[in-house]
Amino acid sequence: MSASIVSAILVTSLATFLSRFLGALTSEGIRETSKLFKWFNCLAYATLAALIARTIIFPAGVLVDASYSSRFLVVLFSLVIFFISKKNFVYPTIFSAICMAVLNNYI
Amino acid sequence: MINKNFFFKGYRSIFTHDSPAIALTCCFIAIGALFKNLGFNIQESIFSTVLTYALPGSLVMAESMLIGASLLNIFLAVWIVNARLYPMAVSLFPLMMHKSQPKWKYYFSCHFIAISAWLIMKSNYKNIPKKNRIDYWIGIGSATVSVSVIGTFIGFSFSEYLNKDMMLGLAILNPVYFLCMMIGASKTIPVTLSVLFGTILGPIIYLLSPEWSILLAGIIGGTIAYLAGEYNVS
Repeated sequence: MSASIVSAILVTSLATFLSRFLGALTSEGIRETSKLFKWFNCLAYATLAALIARTIIFPAGVLVDASYSSRFLVVLFSLVIFFISKKNFVYPTIFSAICMAVLNNYI
Repeated sequence: MINKNFFFKGYRSIFTHDSPAIALTCCFIAIGALFKNLGFNIQESIFSTVLTYALPGSLVMAESMLIGASLLNIFLAVWIVNARLYPMAVSLFPLMMHKSQPKWKYYFSCHFIAISAWLIMKSNYKNIPKKNRIDYWIGIGSATVSVSVIGTFIGFSFSEYLNKDMMLGLAILNPVYFLCMMIGASKTIPVTLSVLFGTILGPIIYLLSPEWSILLAGIIGGTIAYLAGEYNVS
């Protein structure tokens, strides 16, 4: 293994583990019925939703190559399938991949 | 030690009909292919998946390495992107804390905090006795990491067969899956509002501050949702 890649991996894992470990450490004194817990629960859901929305609207990596309209249509169609399939997670997920691969050639 | 019954119950939770296994595998296939293009070997790719086990963090590392960023820059960029794991841990671990369980289990298993495992645990914890939730959680985490490693291996091994359309398909799959999971989890007013505000504020704040957008959207959106929930109760 090359030293620079291993160092980058170790630094990345340390930066990631830090948030997780501090979370586990500070949650020791928090009761699940407390207001603080409920607040953190809202923070966690809002943060995840923000991350997902940002990934779709301002993507990084290969998704940059897909147009706004194709990303929007794929998400829209996938959500329609999600609700039609009585909130099944697998059908819209598989559909989104196929739909994006096809739509990208036309939009 | 770890209760095997609950560990394997947690491990099997990833093989249900609405499991994140497919989405997770596909995402790590894309990551495996990305690692190969960056010049990683198979050991480094799997080493990275096991040690980091967070997709956005891995992407940031890859992008930072592409532009030749320093280790300090990589650390800060990944830490900011993955700061979301802190509220996720604080909103999960109190549900699993039990005085009969040793603390090492909690410190060790915090490594499994990621969207997929977190959402599975949040959906199922009420069906598990509190004493055994940590063993169940370790089972879920072990399963999701196993699937991630398999995905990375497949992506690395078959990267030359993945064309641009296939990579795009793999890349959109992850946000769509998690979007569906988040909508599925929106069963109370505070959670529904949190998801709604986070979705709206995330991209808006990104225009003002790309680095801090996720955290700020989470804090502002989550706090408004919490206050609205409290107001509704009172």
